[in-house]
Amino acid sequence: MIELDNVSYGYGDHTLFSQLSLVLAPGSFHFLTGPSGAGKTTLLRLCYADLRAATGQVRLFGQDAAELDRDGVAMTRRRIGVVHQDCQFLDHLSISENIALPLTVAGRGAEATGDLEELLHWVGLGAQAAQRPPELSGGERQRAALARAVIMSPEVIIADEPTGNVDWEMSQRLLTLLVELNRMGKTVLIATHDMMMIRSLKSDVNARVLRLKDGALMQAGAEL
Amino acid sequence: MKVFLDLIVGDPQADRAVPPTGMTAQLTVFVAGVMAFLAVLALALSLAAGRVADRWAEELAQASTLRLPASPDQADAQLRAAMNVLETTPGVAMARALTPAEQQALLEPWFGPDLPLDSLPIPQLVEIIADSDGYDQAGLAARLAAEVPGAVLDDHTRWRAPLVAAAGRLRLMGWVVIVAIGAGMAAMITLAAHAALAANEQVIRVLRLVGARDIYIARAFVRRFTLRAGGGAVAGAVLGVGAVLLLPRGDVAGGFLTGLGFAGAGWIGPLVIPPLAAIVAFFATRAAALRRLREQT
Ligand SMILES: Nc1ncnc2c1ncn2[C@@H]1O[C@H](COP(=O)(O)OP(=O)(O)O)[C@@H](O)[C@H]1O
Ligand SMILES: [Mg+2]
Repeated sequence: MIELDNVSYGYGDHTLFSQLSLVLAPGSFHFLTGPSGAGKTTLLRLCYADLRAATGQVRLFGQDAAELDRDGVAMTRRRIGVVHQDCQFLDHLSISENIALPLTVAGRGAEATGDLEELLHWVGLGAQAAQRPPELSGGERQRAALARAVIMSPEVIIADEPTGNVDWEMSQRLLTLLVELNRMGKTVLIATHDMMMIRSLKSDVNARVLRLKDGALMQAGAEL
Repeated sequence: MKVFLDLIVGDPQADRAVPPTGMTAQLTVFVAGVMAFLAVLALALSLAAGRVADRWAEELAQASTLRLPASPDQADAQLRAAMNVLETTPGVAMARALTPAEQQALLEPWFGPDLPLDSLPIPQLVEIIADSDGYDQAGLAARLAAEVPGAVLDDHTRWRAPLVAAAGRLRLMGWVVIVAIGAGMAAMITLAAHAALAANEQVIRVLRLVGARDIYIARAFVRRFTLRAGGGAVAGAVLGVGAVLLLPRGDVAGGFLTGLGFAGAGWIGPLVIPPLAAIVAFFATRAAALRRLREQT
């Protein structure tokens, strides 16, 4: 689904990582860990064509991301649901309109109604549907972000610190939702620095844990 | 055409994706209104100048005047000789001596109504109307010089030519002004669209992240600016027509200043100005939006 092949990236002169390779097979579940500032968000942004690799190749659904034009990028993003670290909502729209936004911009807004109801209940936001994003708590916003990430029924779900500012109980609920999606066949990639959370989930899902540190990506194992 | 229909019917959901921008919206309506108002005035000016130019060029071109020397004793003989020449000149449709009453009317503005015309040596005037082919100006002048010494043939070219040229220029200037107004509006709308796009940079980023194509985002802006410019232009054009109608009217022959106004097909002008403004806004916004989106990552 998503393949990174000898990819390097950096901001300005500072190289974050180089010679980095990663394959997300269909239906796989990956955790991406590493200290804050290691480049987890950067790596994820490469995976949904928000950034372009300095060298190496990023292949999204078999296509070289460097060769996608702007419409190609848009079309590819419709196949990847992303929970952004900072949520990225439109504050002038209601929560339900925000969740339906990927359908709306794809010209499929009319299809939203039925799924939307179901989805709102699935993430426990039935009562907040009409509220604006700033009126919600951090945890509610992250659940809304997850709902928006899955409304297009994407093949891949990428979540960047989805449990960043929620309490333990809520983070368990969010992760359960992601595991559920993986059982439905979705490819899942979650970036988090929360090892506790990973440990609590290891038994539920056949997940690979990757660790990004000092510019290198390694299979984590021993510390778990 | 379909593009414009889609634009007017619109997709209300898509429209809401970009938040309303108060300031640029009002400015766009205002600018479009002012521009349409000015365009209507320039159009009225241009049409009036065009009418005057056409009238002077075509109608007066066929009329000329023969002035016979003011010699009371030979007046009748000269007039007969002149009429004889004129009647046998090919291309002259009509030749008619002005009556004393008509001559008096011509002089009245200068000498008042009590002028004793009979006692003054006033030259006799003959009005000549050419047929559509016209006559040989030089040949007629030569024959008249031989038959009626002292007669002067005036085909009005001397004073008419610069006036026709001036009216023609004025008409051209009107069109130049209208084109300039259109270009100015395109520039203003481009600026306003850029401001709106810059103010919505974060919104655009979110839309891109959830898979919106550039054309989708551009359309939300284009639709707004087109409707605003069209609406503003309707108001401006209505006010412009009102202003033109409020100008003092004169009879058709009343000349240039009282001839400002729309007549017949001229009414198409003020009617097409608002759609034209909308079309200008459509393309200006579209170009601005697509260019800016390409620059934004
Ligand atoms: N847009 C940017 N411009 C410059 N530096 C950036 C930018 N985004 C991230 N960085 C830097 O790159 C490094 C990695 O950031 P990030 O990928 O967000 O790490 P993580 O998600 O693992 O915390 C950090 O040092 C951060 O300051
Ligand atoms: Mg991060």
